[in-house]
Amino acid sequence: MSYARRALVVAWKDLLVERRSKETLNALLFFSLLLLFVFQLALGPDRERLASVLPGLLWIGFILSGLLALGRTFLLEREHDCWEGLLLAPGDKSAIYLGKLAGNLVVMVAVEALVLALFVLFFNIDITGALPGLALVIGLGTIGLAAVGTLFAAMTAHLRARELLFPVLFLPMEVPVLLGTVQATEALFLGEPLSAVSHWLQLLLAADVIYLTAGILTFDFILEG
Amino acid sequence: MAADPLIRVTDLSRSFGAHRVLDGVSLDVRRGEAVALLGANGAGKTTLLKILATLTRPTRGRAEIDGHDCVRQAEQVRERIGVVGHGAWVYDDLTALENLTFWLTLGGRRPEPGELQAALAEVDLERVAGDRVRTFSAGMKRRLALARCALARPRVLLLDEPFGGLDPRARKWLEGRLEAFKRDGAALLLVTHSFGRELGIADRVAILAGGRIALDSPRAGLAPDDVQRLYAAHTEEAP
Repeated sequence: MSYARRALVVAWKDLLVERRSKETLNALLFFSLLLLFVFQLALGPDRERLASVLPGLLWIGFILSGLLALGRTFLLEREHDCWEGLLLAPGDKSAIYLGKLAGNLVVMVAVEALVLALFVLFFNIDITGALPGLALVIGLGTIGLAAVGTLFAAMTAHLRARELLFPVLFLPMEVPVLLGTVQATEALFLGEPLSAVSHWLQLLLAADVIYLTAGILTFDFILEG
Repeated sequence: MAADPLIRVTDLSRSFGAHRVLDGVSLDVRRGEAVALLGANGAGKTTLLKILATLTRPTRGRAEIDGHDCVRQAEQVRERIGVVGHGAWVYDDLTALENLTFWLTLGGRRPEPGELQAALAEVDLERVAGDRVRTFSAGMKRRLALARCALARPRVLLLDEPFGGLDPRARKWLEGRLEAFKRDGAALLLVTHSFGRELGIADRVAILAGGRIALDSPRAGLAPDDVQRLYAAHTEEAP
């Protein structure tokens, strides 16, 4: 119970700080809105063209906003000189990883829900039938993004070139997740049933399990430097 | 008070590349004892403190807290120490109460009813318990850091310039709190660069110079002028 409580208190702290400061959320919302304007202007009203690129665009939006959010995961600790405090806290450090991951997931899902709603509005598409399946794909994809992003954010937090290194490390690791999510989203947008994308869901699930396990097992070493 | 030392440093060295910061440092601090560690900038005071806090590894030698090795038994050491460093470890967008709740829970302990309020009352912050730390002065943040430290019930307190940034009233108050820690049997190692109130609560004064403990003397009988003279003699630096 102590392990779960420790993970929960980290997530609670991060979300409370974010709710009060709104630093990440405000930036992400404006960024997402800007991205959608750019996409809208670039693609125009050609619906046939839109249908083929929309899943990719949606995930580009998710991953770019995710990059911004995840890269800031440990900046809060640095800015408040709390890194040493986390390091000196007795107990298994993976609880801190899971807490940070949970906080990131909540923020990312909130931003993704808004980006999706704006996508529907901007591009005038109907995703009502695909929504349950889409929610599952987005959920699995987001866990994959956040699991790796939280770990690499800790790894690069003390580096001077962290803004450059973080995406360079993060994006190649996310290839399986992006492949699975974009393919599954495209099929769901075309009206295919969830069973038709089960192989992509299996890939996403496997990636999530591998990334989460790697994060839990290695976080202690990363935090200790 | 003649028990095994709570802090034991034996022949400790630490190098950064070719630069040897600590070179065979040995020091003991017993239960209920406070040692003020003086030294010039770059003498290795903070490095020694970081080794004891398990934040840095020594190149050679041994550092122990309550019989536990600071490298191989870091987890046991972390359960026994309280650290107040340059940073107060507080989140500006949380209240004082929320900050204490966070650190206590992260340390694996559930706050008992009224425990956090009592800790804040101890440091004279109970009236601002629900205020965001963003509105606190540096002195109030330091008091909050001490409350966080006290809640963990440490056997060893490692303090880096604990009186820095405090006004005379807060300094007097902190002196009283540190005396209380000593009475409760904690061992205190105060790293400092000044000759003010830190020396008042210290039972011994140690001077770190040239990577070694150049002087380790009981404070009783030493006037502040004597300490300054010894400091200047050992560090070749005017205090």
